Amino acid sequence: MTDRVEQGTAREPAAAWEPVFQGETLARLKALFEKYPTKRACLLPALWMVQEARGWIPEQAIGEVAEVLELTPAYVKGVVTFYTMYHTHPVGRHFIQVCTTSPCGLCGAEDTLRAILRETGCGELGTTSPDGRFTVVEVECLGACGFPTPILVDDADFIESVTPANAAGILARYP
Amino acid sequence: MGYPHPSHPKETVVLSQYFGDAGARSYEGWTRRGGYEGLRKALGMAPDAIVEEVKASGLRGRGGAGFPTGLKWSFMPKGDGKPHYLVCNADESEPGTFKDREIMRWTPHALIEGCAIGAFAIGAEVCYIYIRGEFTEPWNVMTAAVAEAYANGALGTNVFGSGKRIEVILHRGAGAYICGEETALMNSIEGRRGNPRIKPPFPAVAGLFALPTTINNVETLAAVPQIMVRGSAWYKGLCLGNPKSTGTKLISVCGHVQRPGNYEITMGTPMKELIYDMCGGMLPGRTLKAVIPGGSSVPIMTAEEAESCVTDYEGVVAAGSMLGSGGMIVMDDTTDMVYQIWRLAKFYAHESCAQCTQCREGTSWTTRILGRILEGQGTQEDLDLLLDLSHNMTGTTICVLSDSCATPIVSGIRKFRGEFEAYLSGARAPVLAGV
Ligand SMILES: Cc1cc2nc3c(=O)[nH]c(=O)nc-3n(C[C@H](O)[C@H](O)[C@H](O)COP(=O)(O)O)c2cc1C
Ligand code: FES
Repeated sequence: MTDRVEQGTAREPAAAWEPVFQGETLARLKALFEKYPTKRACLLPALWMVQEARGWIPEQAIGEVAEVLELTPAYVKGVVTFYTMYHTHPVGRHFIQVCTTSPCGLCGAEDTLRAILRETGCGELGTTSPDGRFTVVEVECLGACGFPTPILVDDADFIESVTPANAAGILARYP
Repeated sequence: MGYPHPSHPKETVVLSQYFGDAGARSYEGWTRRGGYEGLRKALGMAPDAIVEEVKASGLRGRGGAGFPTGLKWSFMPKGDGKPHYLVCNADESEPGTFKDREIMRWTPHALIEGCAIGAFAIGAEVCYIYIRGEFTEPWNVMTAAVAEAYANGALGTNVFGSGKRIEVILHRGAGAYICGEETALMNSIEGRRGNPRIKPPFPAVAGLFALPTTINNVETLAAVPQIMVRGSAWYKGLCLGNPKSTGTKLISVCGHVQRPGNYEITMGTPMKELIYDMCGGMLPGRTLKAVIPGGSSVPIMTAEEAESCVTDYEGVVAAGSMLGSGGMIVMDDTTDMVYQIWRLAKFYAHESCAQCTQCREGTSWTTRILGRILEGQGTQEDLDLLLDLSHNMTGTTICVLSDSCATPIVSGIRKFRGEFEAYLSGARAPVLAGV
């Protein structure tokens, strides 16, 4: 539920494209076909596989997903852009989502966000730090409002109770 | 228990008993704590008898609407020969709510067991649990627990040797509050954009994959095994005088209290005890100003309303709000209500799926008008305009996200008008920079 990140290039040279869905990844996707009555229902899981493999959802992957799931690329793109966790552009090595919704806001989330922007050198929301290390975005309620301020790093590490005081130490874990 | 704090004597600990106890996460640990007895018992009952037992318990949906669970289950067609589905709503994204997360993190098997019983009761062989994409730890814990449940015969083609097939499949969301709305959630599982669907048809007639479907919240389903084991009379007895609201409720308390956390209360517990005794009250030197008791979508209560409120479905309505999801946002006297209401409107504007005009335009315009009030650019007419827009946003759209945005605005202007006036008159300095 983050704001979309507008930076980088949406296209990579076609020659460099190595398909995502081959070998083990393709087998994993095909195993999912057993769990749903339609191939379309495997779309969100397939997009997660792309993002895990490549860090974002490149144009070529949209075509690949469309082909394996027997959908059109336009349809797949329509779904990708609905969900805020799918990146339609490359992001920094570490992608940080900081909750600033009211319950966290009451407990200082905006100060925490400012501290994180400063420590990462990102300066502005949605941009990547000059060293390519971090991208920081605001996210709406992470469902952990009793532990202000929660952050989610790299779609994997959910960290509670981040404050301006402990932010630098937490970020240091992400080289 | 008041996770992450120790249990408070005024709590009634049922669902939260093992919060913080990592030993309860494994299949073996769960069975040692009495787990899977409920499922074993249910498998020996007729599906209709399970539905009747849940009806008799008085259990109501914990996802927000409070619809009677047994009654919902009884809407599922019988003998139609079609596949049925159970869907568990683990999208938990309503600001202020963080209880389903703890159920999944600490007692994953309680949820799996509840799903299996629910599926069996409604004639479904498959249950999808839709977990919001950001819940990485609950996802990992649930994934491990589901695998263990299969390995131990609690799920699969022959559950505990009963000959019944029950599958539980985890489905990961990808960032969208609206996917907590039940029909949007079904679209999302189907691989579509998360737009809510027009009802009717209701899910029991045509839900997931256009087949009969029941959808329940995590907390609702986690309560079911307890009802199976201890009986509906026990559950129904857990209330303080109001037989329409029974059982325990996890209240996620956040904001300006000394000890935020998940408190499990008997329905009917005074809100005052919850805030001042269990949560330790306000920070030193501060006083209570307002409470949003049921997640951000319900009316804001004044301190007086909250302090005289009985915490159950009817009690909170009588005090001017709704119990909703039980996500309680507490605000003290340092809170700028106009700013908080603007921030909530901004949340809804960001999360609107934008298919209905009143919601797409209304959430965005109310946010902008509230913003200009905070910039010191508001006019007296803006309050009427906000109320007018809110009126048009209520009861006019496919789902109630639009209404949810209007609710804090209308209740906020009605109950804290003076704070809006202060910005309009210039008595209060702008807090947002104009463009
Ligand atoms: C905008 C919106 C968001 C919702 N989000 C959730 C949610 O995150 N979790 C949930 O259980 N119910 C949510 N609901 C309520 C569901 O639509 C549905 O009523 C609920 O899952 C039914 O389960 P229950 O009867 O067990 O409460 C939401 C409703 C709306 C309108
Ligand atoms: S508001 Fe920050 S986690 Fe809910």
